[in-house]
Amino acid sequence: MRGRTRGMVAVAITSLALVATACGGGGTEPAPGAEDPAGQAGGEITVYGCTPQNPPIPGNTNEACGSYVVVPITAKLIRYNVDNAAPINDIAESIETTDNKLFTVKLKPYKFHDGTDVKAKNFVDAWNYTAYGPNGQGNSYFFGPVAGYADTQCPDADCKQDPKSKTMSGLKVVDDKTFTIKTSEPVSNLPVRLGYNAFAPLPDSFFEDPKAYEAKPIGAGPFKLDSKTNTEFVLTKFADYGGDAKPNVDKVTIRIYQDSSAAYADVVANNLDYLDTIPPDQLVGQAFKDDLPDRWLQTDAGRFTSVTFSAWDPQMKNVELRKALSMAIDRDLIADKVFNGTVTPATGWVSPVVDGYKAGACGENCTFDAAKAKSAYDAAGGYKGTLTMTYNADNAINKAYSEAICNSIKNAVGADCRAVPTVDFATFQNKQDAKELKGIFRSGWVMDYPSIENFLTPLYAKGAIGGGGSNYSEYNNPEFEKLLAQAAAAKTTDEANTLYQQAELLLAQDMPVAPLWYPKTTVGYSDTVTNVKVDAFEQLDLVGIKRK
Amino acid sequence: MGVGVGKYVIRRLLQMIPVIIGVTFIIYVVVYALGDPTVGRCGERACPAGYIAKFRADYNLDKPLIVQYLLYMGNLVQGDLGTNFFGNQVVDELASRWPTTFRLGMMALVIETVIGISAGVLAGIRRGKFVDNLVTVSTLFLISIPIFVIGSTAQLVFGVRLGWFPVTATQGTFYQLIMPAFVLASASLAYIARLMRANLSENLRADYVRTAKAKGLTNTRTVGVHTLRNSLIPVITYIGIDVGVLMGGAVVTERIFNINGIGNFLYRSIRLKDGTSIVGTITFLVLIYLFVNLLVDILYGFLDPRISND
Repeated sequence: MRGRTRGMVAVAITSLALVATACGGGGTEPAPGAEDPAGQAGGEITVYGCTPQNPPIPGNTNEACGSYVVVPITAKLIRYNVDNAAPINDIAESIETTDNKLFTVKLKPYKFHDGTDVKAKNFVDAWNYTAYGPNGQGNSYFFGPVAGYADTQCPDADCKQDPKSKTMSGLKVVDDKTFTIKTSEPVSNLPVRLGYNAFAPLPDSFFEDPKAYEAKPIGAGPFKLDSKTNTEFVLTKFADYGGDAKPNVDKVTIRIYQDSSAAYADVVANNLDYLDTIPPDQLVGQAFKDDLPDRWLQTDAGRFTSVTFSAWDPQMKNVELRKALSMAIDRDLIADKVFNGTVTPATGWVSPVVDGYKAGACGENCTFDAAKAKSAYDAAGGYKGTLTMTYNADNAINKAYSEAICNSIKNAVGADCRAVPTVDFATFQNKQDAKELKGIFRSGWVMDYPSIENFLTPLYAKGAIGGGGSNYSEYNNPEFEKLLAQAAAAKTTDEANTLYQQAELLLAQDMPVAPLWYPKTTVGYSDTVTNVKVDAFEQLDLVGIKRK
Repeated sequence: MGVGVGKYVIRRLLQMIPVIIGVTFIIYVVVYALGDPTVGRCGERACPAGYIAKFRADYNLDKPLIVQYLLYMGNLVQGDLGTNFFGNQVVDELASRWPTTFRLGMMALVIETVIGISAGVLAGIRRGKFVDNLVTVSTLFLISIPIFVIGSTAQLVFGVRLGWFPVTATQGTFYQLIMPAFVLASASLAYIARLMRANLSENLRADYVRTAKAKGLTNTRTVGVHTLRNSLIPVITYIGIDVGVLMGGAVVTERIFNINGIGNFLYRSIRLKDGTSIVGTITFLVLIYLFVNLLVDILYGFLDPRISND
C-alpha cells in the first residue's frame, strides 16, 4: 500500500475519533437553581439518591434508596411529625377502636396523581396485594397482625401451591370512604404503624397493569414522579394534594450516586443541595464541619446498635457472664473516638426518638466499670477459649468499632477477644441463619414505626425466632410474652407504654443482647437551601425545605 | 492483500467464538458461586418467603447451574442478554450507558495519543536535554501515583476548591468529562510518552537514518516521516490494548466522578450482586476487546508492510 494511503487511514481514524467525541447523544447541562425573586417559595433542589433495590411499588420498598422516591410520592393514612415522630392524620379522617381489635377507618377526600379519587377499596386492595405471598412483596409481613393474614401466605417454601386466600378476612370495605381492620390479637399501637410504605393505597390503574405502574408510579402524596432515568428521578409538586402540608419547592431532582464520596464533593461545591450519608473518612475529626460550615445537621434517628450473645454458644448461657461482658464495654470512649460523636451511648434497648422511651433501663450493666466487670467476669467463670466478635465488613465503620469493643473487653476483663469479619452483610446473614456464629456478634435495628413496641416485639418475642424473624438471640421468656400481650390489649397508649417499659426491664435482667448505642444521622446541605429538617426515619422533610 | 485480509478476518472471527463461550461460562459459574442474591435485599431483615420464591422463579435460580447457563446462552445468541434483578433488560442498561463510556474513552484516547506521542517525540529527539528530563520525571510521577489518588486530588483541587471544572459528571456532557478524561488518560499518557521516546531514540541510531541524512533528506522528513512511522508500531500496540481497556469502562474514574458509564454499572452490579447484569456486561466487554484487538492487528498490516496477515 502506498504511503499516502496509509497516512489517510491514520487521518481517517483520528478524525472519526474526534467527531465521535464531539457528537454522540445529548447529555443535558444540569439545570441551574431557579432564580425566584420571592426567595422563599418555589424553586428546584437536587438531593442525594441511590439505586433502589426493587421497583418503586410501596409494598415492596423497605430500604433507603427506594424510600427516597416512594415516601414523597405516596400519602398514607397517617404521617409523622418531623420534629417528634408523633402520628398525624393524613388521608385518615379518623381511626377509631374500642377494643384494639376492630378499627374503623374513615377517609378524607384525597386524589391520586392521575386524578382518580382515593377510595377505601384502594387501601384494601393494595394491602391484600402486598400481603399475598405469591406477589412477592417485601413488606408483606407488616400485615401479620391482620386477621386472615396466614391464609394469604405460601404453604410451602417454594410457593409451588397457591395460598388458601387472595384476601385477608380482616379487611372489609364499608363504603367509598370507610373500611374496617380486624386484627387477630389486640394491637394497641396499630394506628401508629399505618404511616409506613407498606400501608400506602394503590390506584385502580395499578391493578390493571402493575408493570406500567413500575415505569410511572402513582400515589396520593405531595409530590408526583415526572420522569426517571438511570441518573435521576424528577419529582414535581402535586397541585391537588389533599393534605394541609403543601411543599415549598416546585421540583426535586433525586440524583443517583453510586458512591457517597462523589456526592460529598458535590455538596461541598454547592452542586448538590442535600446529602444524608457523609462518607466515614469525612467524619474523622469532624472534618465535615470545616467543609460545610453552618451547612450540617445531626439528629437522633430510630436506630439501635447492639451485640447479641450467641444462643448457639453453650458458654453464653451464663447470664452473669453476659452482664459482665456488657459492663466491660466502654461505650462513651468508643462513641467519642471511633464515631466522633455521631452515636449516643445506649442506656436501654429502645431508641430515644420513640413514644414510650424511658432512659436507664439497662442500669449499671451498660455503664463501663473495669474493676466491677472484672470481678463479675471472674465470679461467672470467665470465657474459655477465644471470644469472637463477628461483624460484616462491607460497612467500613463496623471493623473499627468491633475491634474497639474487643479491646475494651480484653483490657477490662482479660478475655481473649477477637473481631472476625464476614465479607459482606449477605454472608453475615447466611451465617446467622445457619447458626454458625459463636461468642458475640453485631446486631442492629432500624425502626419500622415510632413506637417502643417496635424495638421489643420484632427483636425479642418468641414469634420472631427463625422463619425470617429478627430475634437472633432466640430470647424466649413467657413473662415477657405476657407483658407484650397485655400491652397490646391496653386501652390507652400510656398504659401500653408502661407495660412495654416493664417488659424492657426484663431484658435488663436477662441480657440476651447488650445495647451499644443509638446512631445519629449526620447530613450536609448546600448554602442555597434553608429550613432543612430530618425526621426520625432519616428522611429529609421535602415538604418543609425551602430555597433561600 | 485484499483477499488475504478477508480470510484473516474471517478466521479471527471464528476464533472468537470459543473464547466467548469459555469466558461467559467461567463468569457464570463465578457469579453463581456468589451465593443467594435475595439475602440482603430487604433491609436488615430476611425477605419474606413469597418474595424469595417469586425472585427465584423469575430469574431461573431454582434450576440447576448447567440448565441456567444453557438458557442464558440460548438467549445470548439471539441478542438478549437477559433481564436483571431490577427488572430491566441488560441490553437496554448497557445501551443507555455506552455513549457516555464511548465518549469518555475517546476523549481519553485523544488526550493520551496527542500528548503522549508529542511528549515522547520531543524527549526522543532531544535526548539528554531538559525536555527529555522533564518528560521522564513527570511520566514517572504519573505512573507511580494510583489513579484514584490522581482522580480524587484533581476533583478536590480543580473541582471543589478552584471551581475550574465540574465536580461530578453525572449527566455525561463533554465539558463535565474533560477532567475525568485527563485523569483516565494520565497513566497511559505516561506509558505512551516513554515508549515513544525509547523507540524513537533507538530508531534515530539506525542505519537507514544515516543513509537518509547522507542522501540529503531534511531532519524534519527523516524524523517526522520515516523514523516516526517505524517507532509507532509498539505504541500502536499499546494504544490498541488501551482502547479495549477504555471502552471497557473505567471503574475507578467513573466512581469518583459519578459518571453513568459501563464501568460504574459493572461496579454497581457487583456491589448489589446482580448476577445477570454482571455476566451480560462482561460478555459485552469481552466482545469489544476482541474486536478492538482484531482492528489493531489489521492496522499493523497497513502500517508496516513487513507484517503480513495470512
